[in-house]
Amino acid sequence: MTATRRTILALGASMAMAWPLTALASDPIRIGLLATFEGAFTALGEDGQRGAMAALAEFGAEAGGRPIEVIVASSTGAPDSALLAARRLVEQDGVSILVGPLSGSEGLAVRDYAREHPAVAFINGSSGAQDTTLRNPADNFYRFSTEGVQWMAGLGTYAYEERGYRTVAILGEDYSFPYSQVMGFMLEFCEAGGRVPAKFWVPIGTNDYSSVIAALPEDVDAIFVSLGGADAVNFLTQYQQSGGVAPLLAGSTTVDQTVLSAEGRLRTGLIGVASASPVAGTNDAPEWLEFVAAYRQQPGALAAPSLFAHAYYIGMKAALLAVEETGGDFGDNGENLHAALAGLEFVTPTGPVRLDHNRQAIADIFLTEIVEAEDGGLTSRIVRVTSGVNQTLGMDEAEFLAMGSPSRDNPSCE
Amino acid sequence: MSAASPRPAAGRSLPAAAPPGDPSVGAHLGLAAALLLLPAVASGFILVQIGAQSLILGLLALSLMVLAGYGGMISLAQITVAGIAGYTVAILGENSVAVHGFGWPWWLTVPVAITFAALGAALIGWISVRTQGIYTIMITLAIATAMSLFAQQNYTLFNGFEGFAGIPAPTLFGQRLRAPMAFYYLCLGVAALCYVAVLYGARSTFGLGLQATRDNQRRMRALGFDTTAHKVFAWFLAGIIAGLAGVLLVWFQGRISPGTIGVAAAINILVIAVVGGLRHPIGPFLGAVVVVLIQTFATDVVGAARHNTLIGITFLVIVYFSPDGLLGLWSRFQGQFRQNPLRPGDGA
Repeated sequence: MTATRRTILALGASMAMAWPLTALASDPIRIGLLATFEGAFTALGEDGQRGAMAALAEFGAEAGGRPIEVIVASSTGAPDSALLAARRLVEQDGVSILVGPLSGSEGLAVRDYAREHPAVAFINGSSGAQDTTLRNPADNFYRFSTEGVQWMAGLGTYAYEERGYRTVAILGEDYSFPYSQVMGFMLEFCEAGGRVPAKFWVPIGTNDYSSVIAALPEDVDAIFVSLGGADAVNFLTQYQQSGGVAPLLAGSTTVDQTVLSAEGRLRTGLIGVASASPVAGTNDAPEWLEFVAAYRQQPGALAAPSLFAHAYYIGMKAALLAVEETGGDFGDNGENLHAALAGLEFVTPTGPVRLDHNRQAIADIFLTEIVEAEDGGLTSRIVRVTSGVNQTLGMDEAEFLAMGSPSRDNPSCE
Repeated sequence: MSAASPRPAAGRSLPAAAPPGDPSVGAHLGLAAALLLLPAVASGFILVQIGAQSLILGLLALSLMVLAGYGGMISLAQITVAGIAGYTVAILGENSVAVHGFGWPWWLTVPVAITFAALGAALIGWISVRTQGIYTIMITLAIATAMSLFAQQNYTLFNGFEGFAGIPAPTLFGQRLRAPMAFYYLCLGVAALCYVAVLYGARSTFGLGLQATRDNQRRMRALGFDTTAHKVFAWFLAGIIAGLAGVLLVWFQGRISPGTIGVAAAINILVIAVVGGLRHPIGPFLGAVVVVLIQTFATDVVGAARHNTLIGITFLVIVYFSPDGLLGLWSRFQGQFRQNPLRPGDGA
């Protein structure tokens, strides 16, 4: 937590503050880190921070010849709180680069806000709503992590052809990110010939799933679950306690390391569950192993980095690489920084990443299955890798856009 | 002020506010000058994120203070009332999410929004006035929760979790009202207007009737007052204040979603009112400044992961040392101990 200094002063004197922002070459570059440290997604935000800090440590907290100062702000997962925190980082702390936010709808809000500060570079954390970069993108919002639709690459086809599921019911949190995940899954699954007769949407932070579990249809082959953090743990625990036996398919965050590391009786029911994700526990590529080692240096690290740690690591690393490239001189309106970011290509722990014309990452996605790890915990095993997944899953962009934004009812194949 | 204490002149029935020698005029002028001159020294961020936000949340807490301080009715639904106004502005005016957004001009949406808010508040009041104490809190909490969950589930009217974004503040005589200084003065003007109106209203016949109803409803009824109508009208008036705050809130954020009117936000308003003190209309604004400052800067003091702990501890400390909030601390400095109208067993 680098942000302890200076603010006893800020609390007292804040009514009389108006310090000028003149940049000297030796001045630190300020990077804002916006993640979720409150509410249902707290564990996710904490792991995201570990990822970002691992990238910072890799660079020795210095880039382009200037020291890097990271200022942390917290949101709750709601768009309003992300907006307040982003405003504070940009307008009060004067950050040149903001890495974050964590959750889907927060990303949409921060993207809209980014337009008001064109000189500042907004680099997405782990927020995965598709529309953030696909529809009406902001020129200074970059997403080097992939998003919810991309993360599902390969799962629908696999579920239909190799698992033999024909009908799948869907359960997800009622906001933009699960809509994106469901769209990614259904595009392939429905195309293959599968049907989705029922969808259930629950509010973020739901504690009691008994009514949903009672309503889940019994005549489906599997249930696709897209819940994150505490929601996933609550549902999975209650589903097993209530004797639910239908096979599960899981969204990327549902069987993420933040959930697999949770205490409790999740184990048996999760083994064998298929999912798709930008990260996989059993990846043995040297870049990944290196990242895992660096991640474990961070206080409180989980058994393996979650997709949030991964996404924030990539976001922070992209920021630092771009700062390196500018040599610490962003230009009057950040134009050097933006040019460096837009052209940036690098090798992440999970393979190469580059940006498309909307400043959205194109990268590899893992189709995974949950297995027991050597240490007795749970981890995700790679079934196969889909290379170079773009935002439209290989479809023609105009055709893809014509399908409309992911929502509760879109797509549909009852 | 409670019925058990010897009542001074009728004009002094407003709780606290006027220590001996009545320096309140001088204090008000000093405060007004300081607030008017703030833009000369403060950055845009301080003006908007601290100043305007405090004034908006202070307005919301003021509407709660009207009900709780003068009427003895603690409402957790003031944020809901603000939400009615905010959503009305988003739906009838412009927004960028392509759901509704009828593009009405601001001079039409704002009065409609505030009317809806006031009527909504009166309806909530009408439902809850037959209850007292903790039951009023429970009913209004239930309404606030239900409303926020409904907005989250409903896509045809409220656009679900996403809510509405891209709601612009109007431009007046070529001046963007959302520009930091203009917006600060706008909020300051509205807050000052409401503050004076509340001070005046509390001394009016209606205000005295409301306070008398709070202190002894049965006696007031025996005297021939329609106490229910009194209370519902108080809800209506508080609804106007909350509605104004709602319009400013939606201009401030440029967006509104169920999180804006959720339980956390509702409790935040109560915390502000309690921290500030419910005995005088200045209390809610004091509370808002303190709470906004802490919420904005707590992450710097204790780190992002623990900043809610600091907020909670500050709240506990203030309430522990002064059950009347910051106002209570103030009057303690003045060597005065007055009774809290809300404290049970104070008479009534």
